[in-house]
Amino acid sequence: MGRGWFLPMAVVAGFVFLYAPIISLVVFSFNESRLVTVWGGFSTRWYGELIRDRQILGAAWISLQVAFASATVATVIGTLAAFVLTRFGSFRGRLLLTGMATAPLVMPEVITGLSLLLLFVSMELTLGWPAGRGLTTIIIAHTTFCAAFVAVIAQSRLRDMDESLEEAARDLGAGPVRVFFDITLPVIAPALVAGWLLAFTLSLDDLVIASFVSGPGASTLPMVIFSKVRLGVSPDVNALATIIIGIVTVSVIIAGVLMRRRAARGG
Amino acid sequence: MVEPRMTQPAPAKALAADTKPWRDPGAEPFISIRGITKRFGVFTAVDDVSLDIFRGELFCLLGGSGCGKSTLLRMLAGFEVPTEGQVLIDGQDMSGVPPDKRPTNMMFQSYALFPHMTVEKNVAYGLLREGKPKREAYARVAEMLKLVKLEAFARRKPHQLSGGQRQRVALARSLIKQPKLLLLDEPLGALDKKLREETQFELIRIQETLGVTFIVVTHDQDEAMTLATRIGVMDEGKIRQVGEPREIYEEPNSKFVADFIGSVNLFEGQVDTAAPDLMRIRTEEAGPLVTLPRPGLNRNQQVWIALRPERIGLSRARPENTANVVPGVVQEVGYMGHMSNFRVKLESGRVIRVTQSSQLRDEDPISWDEPVFASWSPSAARVLTE
Repeated sequence: MGRGWFLPMAVVAGFVFLYAPIISLVVFSFNESRLVTVWGGFSTRWYGELIRDRQILGAAWISLQVAFASATVATVIGTLAAFVLTRFGSFRGRLLLTGMATAPLVMPEVITGLSLLLLFVSMELTLGWPAGRGLTTIIIAHTTFCAAFVAVIAQSRLRDMDESLEEAARDLGAGPVRVFFDITLPVIAPALVAGWLLAFTLSLDDLVIASFVSGPGASTLPMVIFSKVRLGVSPDVNALATIIIGIVTVSVIIAGVLMRRRAARGG
Repeated sequence: MVEPRMTQPAPAKALAADTKPWRDPGAEPFISIRGITKRFGVFTAVDDVSLDIFRGELFCLLGGSGCGKSTLLRMLAGFEVPTEGQVLIDGQDMSGVPPDKRPTNMMFQSYALFPHMTVEKNVAYGLLREGKPKREAYARVAEMLKLVKLEAFARRKPHQLSGGQRQRVALARSLIKQPKLLLLDEPLGALDKKLREETQFELIRIQETLGVTFIVVTHDQDEAMTLATRIGVMDEGKIRQVGEPREIYEEPNSKFVADFIGSVNLFEGQVDTAAPDLMRIRTEEAGPLVTLPRPGLNRNQQVWIALRPERIGLSRARPENTANVVPGVVQEVGYMGHMSNFRVKLESGRVIRVTQSSQLRDEDPISWDEPVFASWSPSAARVLTE
């Protein structure tokens, strides 16, 4: 009976460690008091303040634009990379491409950010594009690391997919491009939606890379929160963080459900 | 000789199963496989196979896993490119023709039904890709679904169907374009035994109704025996024997084929004397045995006698007037209802398999440890040289 109390305790301790800060943040976002650490009764006052805060709303809008654009472009690029890696058999440079497609996953963000910054600066000097840093450069930077995540998700789905589905379509008279759009894409679509959602949340979250490559007038939400907190934690940041947690949780759950349901049905 | 068919009125086209065109040396083959080889790196999956298949045949490629039968099928469909050799379908060279341009269709082992499409759309896919107008295509789909008895399931998705129903959708989808040649990869492999037996006859009915040439890949010899007009037995990338099911069973050309199809007792021996009507063979395990003569054998030549278990009689008393009688002791009895399997240990120590059908109800069956006589006529065995 040795595991009678130990296992539940370990689980509880783990969850407390992981989620206590988040829960306290959510609870204090409904705090009436201006002091972040003193409970002054339930209120949605800070949510109201948030809506009236032009700086935060502007940053949120920029973040959503960046997340939407980079998730979409990353899904296209990641899917193509995954398709090449799973369907073209062995070709010259396949191993290199596999490694390079997944490298951004493990690359320290500071390095990714710095290298992209250097790239953008030198591109501006030689090509004249992108002119200055701002929305465009953040979108490009986010696309690069989000594409890696999408590629990994799409690859695993493509590998699980019964290749004879594609062969059957060829056999019935469809050319290779037709097969991709008629069969492959619909079958892996749930994985792509999941990949898109994941890319979206990753982009929404990112602080480090965005700080490197953004310019004046293009501060994303995490950047604004970070700078606000440095001046002292104000309760409206709690409210904002709660909303972000909500969005991220919902999209991660949807992504997970989509991937799992598809896997259970086995394509 | 065309045998009259008992079941249905004779269809318009003569069936290959009846006319047996392969017996006519002048007949024009419909599919001609010429010296085809497929290598994957150092591994040779299909090794210099040549084969002629005739219009309207239901040809079975039979072999164990990894014998190259599926690779051969995939080369016919165009999914694999032969390393050497060529395939002609209806006189046309198929080299360099991609799968979507070939007059063949394939039914996949996994069925490969498109999971995001309804049954109807799955079946219609081939016609729509051909550019058939929608109305016409769906009229044909309805007909085809009727043929496979799935009219009621047109709007279902594949995951809402049973295994047997999926199999029929796959069949309908592969037949809708009226291919010259239908390739079937283990078409009944995923069905349970009872359904498989029903479906075998269904497959024959559909094949004869449409008059399409079928090539079926299977590892199941019962399936091949039931379905096929002819069987090609494959092993290690080579075709070991091609023949009608009866020939393959009764006249195997090698120990491999004899052993692969059904079960067999093999006795090694040397030719003793070859009289014009009977041949005497010395064996160590069963003494001198008498068989029908086989031309072209020399005295003392090494041969094997292949003897099917059901051709051997068992009795307590020594039978009179039987050419081959070997005493032994029953070691094991397996009663299966419609027949019994015996293992009989001969005096040499060799154990042979004997099957007795339960034609009569036997109140006092032969049992364990009884001394018995195994006997068979000279025509029961076949003499093999390899």
